[in-house]
Amino acid sequence: MDAVQHEDVSKHMGKYYVVFVALLCLTAITVGVSYLHLTRPLAITVALIIATIKAGMVAAVFMHLISERKVIYAVLILTALFFIVLLALPNLTTFEHHSGMPGT
Amino acid sequence: MSESAIPYMVKPHPVTGIPNGKFGIWLFLASEVMLFGALFSSYVLIRTGMPHWPPEGGLSSEVLNVPLATLNTAVLITSSITMVLAWASCKMGKLPRFRVWMGATIALAFVFLVIKYFEYTHKFELGHFPSHDNFYAIYFTLTGLHGLHVIGGIIVNSYLVGPGTKMWATDPEHFTNRVENAGLYWHFVDLVWIFLFPSLYLL
Repeated sequence: MDAVQHEDVSKHMGKYYVVFVALLCLTAITVGVSYLHLTRPLAITVALIIATIKAGMVAAVFMHLISERKVIYAVLILTALFFIVLLALPNLTTFEHHSGMPGT
Repeated sequence: MSESAIPYMVKPHPVTGIPNGKFGIWLFLASEVMLFGALFSSYVLIRTGMPHWPPEGGLSSEVLNVPLATLNTAVLITSSITMVLAWASCKMGKLPRFRVWMGATIALAFVFLVIKYFEYTHKFELGHFPSHDNFYAIYFTLTGLHGLHVIGGIIVNSYLVGPGTKMWATDPEHFTNRVENAGLYWHFVDLVWIFLFPSLYLL
């Protein structure tokens, strides 16, 4: 291990601890919000926004996605597109079902 | 390097700009997104098709144990930072420190499974098996698959802190890359739980 690498890692350590504390705080907020008994759509929106922020922090800092190679971004963009299609499929089928379209 | 060795395990591949192992683990994680995505999609479909969720009445947060799941979330988040610290210790050339942090990561993974065990056994005592209704079928499938991933992480991390450490003496850079790849997987397991926790327990 050379000295440059050593310095490189040690200057990121503070960031890891900040993210760790932020993740714990956001978990507490998620649980706290659930006790407010918000309306179902609002509760889902708030919980998913907080979860997305937490996931983004884990991916960006712990998984080092913030400074990753283009090829990884390309793989993840493709994955995100297919993931959206996967999540949209059930909605499309229920839409057809409710509108009485054939083939449902 | 023998002829059968996989090339570019330490140095970046000229096309991708990253070592092959790292590219491989990211492709694997992409496939994992689709695996959990398919189940999550099924969950949305089944849930939106039900007049009430959970089917037996009440709220998910009343049926499932939120305090234990919150504790488990904190345990997994903590294990994520210990994993980062294990990798950083390798980067800084400190093997004994790597052993401590990796050991802590494995221990926390066991804590997660023990808490899950208590959650599961309580459900079984009440007669709530996966066959009980759609709610429990989804709960056990998603948390069960996630639990299997935790067990997979324990196996890989135990190898790295055990017999796998031998590589440190001959090729520390390659070993550090292995720890980084195991870390990417472990953070993904944490990331899945970050979505499962509110989706199953709180909403």
